[in-house]
Amino acid sequence: MSQDICVVIEHLQGHVQEISYVMAAAARSLCESVGGKCIGILLGRGAQDLANDLDVDSVIYLDEPALAEYNPDAYQLVLAAIISEWHPRLALLGQTSIGTDLAGMLSMRLGLPLISHCQRLVAEGDGIKFISQICGGRILAEGRLPSSTALVNMVPGGYKADAGRSTRSPEIMPFAPPPLVDLHISLKRYIQPPKEDVDISLERILVAVGRGIQRKDNLPLAEELAEALGGAVCASRPVVDQGWLQPTRLVGKSGMKVAPDVYIALGISGAPEHVEGMSDSHLIIAINTDPAAPIFSAARYGVEADILDLLPVLTEQAKKIREVA
Amino acid sequence: MKIMVAVKLVPDLVENLEIAPGGTGLDRTYLRLILSEPDEHALEQALLLKDESTDITVVAPGFEEADDVLFTAAAKGADRLVKLTDGFQEGCNCHALARALRGITSEIQPDLILTGVQAHDDLDGSLGPLLAGLLNLPYVGNVAGLSITEGKATARKEYSGGLIGEMEIGLPAVIGIVAAEAPPRYVAVSKVRQMVKSATLEPYPVGDLDPGGGIELDRMYKPESVERATMIEGTAEEIAVRLIEVLKELDVL
Repeated sequence: MSQDICVVIEHLQGHVQEISYVMAAAARSLCESVGGKCIGILLGRGAQDLANDLDVDSVIYLDEPALAEYNPDAYQLVLAAIISEWHPRLALLGQTSIGTDLAGMLSMRLGLPLISHCQRLVAEGDGIKFISQICGGRILAEGRLPSSTALVNMVPGGYKADAGRSTRSPEIMPFAPPPLVDLHISLKRYIQPPKEDVDISLERILVAVGRGIQRKDNLPLAEELAEALGGAVCASRPVVDQGWLQPTRLVGKSGMKVAPDVYIALGISGAPEHVEGMSDSHLIIAINTDPAAPIFSAARYGVEADILDLLPVLTEQAKKIREVA
Repeated sequence: MKIMVAVKLVPDLVENLEIAPGGTGLDRTYLRLILSEPDEHALEQALLLKDESTDITVVAPGFEEADDVLFTAAAKGADRLVKLTDGFQEGCNCHALARALRGITSEIQPDLILTGVQAHDDLDGSLGPLLAGLLNLPYVGNVAGLSITEGKATARKEYSGGLIGEMEIGLPAVIGIVAAEAPPRYVAVSKVRQMVKSATLEPYPVGDLDPGGGIELDRMYKPESVERATMIEGTAEEIAVRLIEVLKELDVL
């Protein structure tokens, strides 16, 4: 086994996903301590330039038509071959739509241990410690990775993506793929998010609603505040899943990443999947009945209150100010 | 068509979570387990796919709370209820649960296995892809939207930024659901009580659990937030005035 840290590079439609840079940053800081190399694994078609700004020492690159876009079946076959041959110390994958598909399958197929929701990896003596964030951000779990090859699903937040960028292009190492025949999965098409609705990523003020809004009938309370402030309404997963707002308004892991001047989180607990999409906001105000809600760690100002009580009063005050101005 | 929905039970985050005296796990004394939310969507997606010739089996690990979860599933329309038994009271990681599902899966031979895409307490990967890896079946996760025609599933896989990849998957397969096409249906408590009397809950012994592939913890703890919001207190009116002041100071109004 080598001490190399492998990063499985995620890309979609020709764009490297931000988690890849986060993982490169994690790999770089570990390699400095454990002494291995940072190796990117890039699967694609005519895609070798994608890794040019990634801070890794070299890139194992496979060029195949079947790998042009993400395909769980083809990807896991190829990754199994690479990991079995390379025996890295760690293979990092994103805690993402792509990385969680792959890590679980590979763990069982290759008999490798897997740690998920990992936020930090720290070299300690001759071992590596992981810190994972679970239970909606309420609990941290810590342990030591085994000395054999292990798989890790990384969440964003523990490392800055910019620390994983570099201007010196890594060395490309071609790898002969295993036969990719009889695949059980094929990508039919991509469906782009609809454009006709408000683009919440362009709004300066966002009023975000979560489970605390309780019923669809209560949504106008948030809409009135957004209107009074000159912003737009967005939401966390449960509200969109209920069909109360369109998916275009979803903030978080599967939805939009936003960074407005002001983000007012109403009745949102602050699960990591949501915080990932809004933590870059300039000012975050959180209102929640639960004083232990993780959202209060992401916010600059907090109010422990029921949003249904506070919203009408807040909207009234906002209107007053606007009238004066 | 035979659909198997494999679910997880997780701590209810509405309750205060405490760390067990050993410091490496949650204190299970007062822990209340509920159906993992994405699993509720997986069950709903199964019910949405159901027609006269569909048979839905829901399989849950044998915690005390499993009975209620399974009878509720029956009240919603599940046909068969299976409770994996023995050894679950101390908790169970996803690798162990995947292995515990192997027996019942080979017995049922489902065309489609649905799971929630993840559970909030997953530390060793999520159940769906582990099960797929174990059974050597194809897997697609983070799916919101699923249809079945002629031995194939068409799944809408969600990526960040609202992008969707539509994938065709040969059955049998495992699919990880992030959201059903309709919100999980409501079912009256009286209907669940009726199921407790009329529905059969099949215990399914799985022998010793094998957690290999998960990693033992040294420590579990609540994050000490280094940065915490400045809390604003007072009457609703005082709070509203202060919040508007904050926004004015920022010059966004």
